[in-house]
Amino acid sequence: MSNTMSLNELTLSEARDKLRAKEITATELTEACLSAIEAGNDALKAYLVVTADKALEQAKRSDERLAKTSKDARALEGIPLGIKDLFCTDGIRTTAGSHILGNFEPPYESTVTQNLWDAGAVMLGKLNMDEFAMGSSTETSYYGQTVNPWRAKGSTENLVPGGSSGGSSSAVAAGLCMAATASDTGGSIRQPAAFTGTVGIKPTYGRCSRYGMVAFASSLDQAGPITRSIKDAALMLQAMASYDLKDSTSVDRPLPDLEKALTQKFKGLRIGVPKEYRVDGMSKEIEALWEKGIDIYRQAGAEIVDISLPHTHAALPAYYIVAPAEASSNLARYDGVRYGLRENGRDIVDMYEETRSHGFGAEVKRRILIGTYVLSAGYYDAYYLKAQKVRSLIKRDFDDAFETVDVVLTPTTPTPAFGLGSKKDADPVEMYLNDIFTVTVNMAGLPGLSVPGGLSAEGLPLGLQLIGKPFDEATVLRAGQVIEDAVGRMPIPDAWWAGAASKPAGKAKKKVEAADAPEKKAKRKK
Amino acid sequence: MAKTEIDEATVRRIAHLARVKVTAEEATSLQRELNGILSWVEELNAIPTDGVEPLTSVGGAKLHMREDAVTDGNKPAAVLKNAPKSEDGFFLVPKVIE
Repeated sequence: MSNTMSLNELTLSEARDKLRAKEITATELTEACLSAIEAGNDALKAYLVVTADKALEQAKRSDERLAKTSKDARALEGIPLGIKDLFCTDGIRTTAGSHILGNFEPPYESTVTQNLWDAGAVMLGKLNMDEFAMGSSTETSYYGQTVNPWRAKGSTENLVPGGSSGGSSSAVAAGLCMAATASDTGGSIRQPAAFTGTVGIKPTYGRCSRYGMVAFASSLDQAGPITRSIKDAALMLQAMASYDLKDSTSVDRPLPDLEKALTQKFKGLRIGVPKEYRVDGMSKEIEALWEKGIDIYRQAGAEIVDISLPHTHAALPAYYIVAPAEASSNLARYDGVRYGLRENGRDIVDMYEETRSHGFGAEVKRRILIGTYVLSAGYYDAYYLKAQKVRSLIKRDFDDAFETVDVVLTPTTPTPAFGLGSKKDADPVEMYLNDIFTVTVNMAGLPGLSVPGGLSAEGLPLGLQLIGKPFDEATVLRAGQVIEDAVGRMPIPDAWWAGAASKPAGKAKKKVEAADAPEKKAKRKK
Repeated sequence: MAKTEIDEATVRRIAHLARVKVTAEEATSLQRELNGILSWVEELNAIPTDGVEPLTSVGGAKLHMREDAVTDGNKPAAVLKNAPKSEDGFFLVPKVIE
């Protein structure tokens, strides 16, 4: 079985191997991605900024290195990436999806993106996101709504790509980049990955430097990648992670060779299944997905262990105290003085108030006010301190569980992707429930991965979540590989999004044989 | 935590503390939404936390020390590049002292 695909549809690791074997060039690969963006971004709205000239310039330099000996090629040499718009990129507009950052052009580069360029990666542009990463659908962005490349069977309804890293998940799922950076405060990497049939990993808190990431909730924020395969996630995380003196919470701990870890022995691993994740009203479909995951591990020779994480139900309410509290403090910096938007006022206080009132969207204001309230005099102990104590209990639950298991398996989300605008009139708390399975991981600072586990009855991707011990991303990825091997990678859906826009003329797209693509791929074209 | 219902005056007071101007209409809907969120988080009251230390650092990592030396700076142009208003190497704001 073989069929042809465009270069931009390869996995990152396949592209890397072809670049090194000189079967393709970085310029060809970058042009394929830029063509895909040109054809698809009008409909998907994943990119806010496309840096085509910079990308082609970087690709040219990568080709020069690749033309020499293989020693000159760095880990991600010539690989075109999309960057979530909350990573500061030197001289390139960075908005975090907010009006208040306006035309902010950072005069410096985030450590995570610098690490990627140092590894030889090519920058395609900046990807849309919920405003300040506050949201689960990318609908709170000031700059328009990103669309999920997946649609329900026989439907033309546009679905959300998840959030907050919805630009990243949409671009990766549709082949508008080889992989993307993302960030996760309560599920913002894993939930969008689950909604788009992609792989997303949030590493242990402290693995990736937060320097140059627009801050939301500093004790919870972590960078990580969204990719089309587990191996790609390993390669991306390897390059993104580093110990960084510019971030006082970055941790000085060596990261093992994650690609090598994927081939290590799996048999005998202990997989924990927490009973508290069987929440009320969980759909049969999600339950069946979870059972399927358990079964895959049993078949693979893992030991399945029933565990208890008794404070699971408390994680979401505690998160919605801690995260807004930290956000209200972090977002105090947007005052119209040093960067971004300024609205004039009668005096300086009026100027602050006008600027912040016009610059922040409704969800951000809501969280700033909640955060200000729970930190205000007389309420600090009742809310913030209480939530931080509950956080200790959540962490203790995991510490206890990891005495008897190596990895915890849960669903990533309670539902598949929902319709764009379908929760417009919903209570804010209803949208927050998207994070119910993911938020515990941020509260405890643990590594968490979402890997595609199958399709819903409507034909939409569903994700399984794997939670690991602190700094044990290697085992989490190894366990994720078992699921990917059993389920197969998700195909890139039929490119309905490329139909409307004009196809770039005159540029013959280079096709490659993709005999190693999963079987599903062949069924892609109806 | 105490069972709290916040009124519109409290919404306005918090908004002012947060330096966010809210219209009358916004204040009404924010009051409803904030009360919804606050009553939802009240379930934490049922969890006993006597003698539990608050979690202040997930990594448990010690802050690293470095030599107390200047490592960056001396780039006023870069610092002021994004300022909405600046003059003579300073950020410009409305008059603060009468």
